[in-house]
Amino acid sequence: MQLIIIYLVGVVFGTGIVVSGMANPAKVINFFDIAGTWDPSLAFVMGGALIVTAVGYRMVFGRARPLFEGRFVLPTARNLDARLIGGSAVFGVGWGIAGFCPGGALPALGTGRIEVILFVAALLGGIFAAKFLQNLSRPKAEATS
Amino acid sequence: MIETAFTPLTSAFGGALIGLSAVLLMLTIGRVMGATGVLAGIFAPSSWQDASWRIALLLGMVTGPTVYWLVAGQMPEITVPVSTPMLLIGGFIVGIGVTYGSGCTSGHGVCGMARLSPRSIAATLTFMATTAVTVYLVRHVFAG
Repeated sequence: MQLIIIYLVGVVFGTGIVVSGMANPAKVINFFDIAGTWDPSLAFVMGGALIVTAVGYRMVFGRARPLFEGRFVLPTARNLDARLIGGSAVFGVGWGIAGFCPGGALPALGTGRIEVILFVAALLGGIFAAKFLQNLSRPKAEATS
Repeated sequence: MIETAFTPLTSAFGGALIGLSAVLLMLTIGRVMGATGVLAGIFAPSSWQDASWRIALLLGMVTGPTVYWLVAGQMPEITVPVSTPMLLIGGFIVGIGVTYGSGCTSGHGVCGMARLSPRSIAATLTFMATTAVTVYLVRHVFAG
C-alpha cells in the first residue's frame, strides 16, 4: 500500500516534469540562451515548484515525523566545499551541452525515445565513474587524516 | 536553433506539480525528492525497503508521459537540438557533476532551495551560471 502511494507521488513528479517543459531539451537550452532564442518559461517552473515546496515543507515539518517512517532524512552537511561547488559547476556544463538534467530525463524515459535512453545510459556511466573515483580516493583520504 | 513557445502558465502548473510531489514524498517517507539521489541509491540500497521505495518512485516518474498522453491526447514534446555524441558526452558529464555535487535541479534547485539550505543555494547558483556559459559558448562562440 505504501509503495503504491510512493508510486503515485512519482506519477505526480513525472507529470509535472513533462507538463513544465523540463523534459524538453530544446526548451531547457532556450531558457539559458538569452542571447539567442530565449524562452523564459523555466523560470516559472522553478517559481511554481519553489512556492509549493516552501509552503508545503513548512506544514510537513510541523509534524514530529513522516507518515510511514520514524524520522525525516535530511542532508546534514553544512559546509560549502570545493566538491559541492566543483561538482555543481561540472553538472551545469553537461546540462548545457545535452539539455537534459536527471529529473527531466527520468520521466522522459516513459516516452520510449531513443535520445532519452542514450542520455540516461551516459548519465549512469558518469555516476558509476564518479563513484568509482570517489571509492579510489577514500582510503587515501582516511590514511592522511 | 529552434524557437520554443513561451508557456508561463503550463510551466508554472508543471512546477507546482513538481513541488507537490516533493512535499508528498517528505510527508510520507521523509525523503528529499532528488532525481540524482533516488537513481544512484537504487544501485547501492541500504536495505530491500530502501530499494523498493526508490523503484516505486522511479516507475511512477516514468508513467508521467502516459498521464500526459491520456489527458492531452499526445505525447509530450521532446525536441533534442543536439547531436548524439553531444548527448552522450553531456550525459556523462552530468553524471560526474551530480555525484560530486550531491544533487541536481530537483534536489538542490527545488528541495534544498525551498529549505533555504546554503549548500543548495550555492550549488544552484553555480550550475545555473555554468549552464548559461556553456550554452552561450556552444551556440554563439563555437557554432559561430
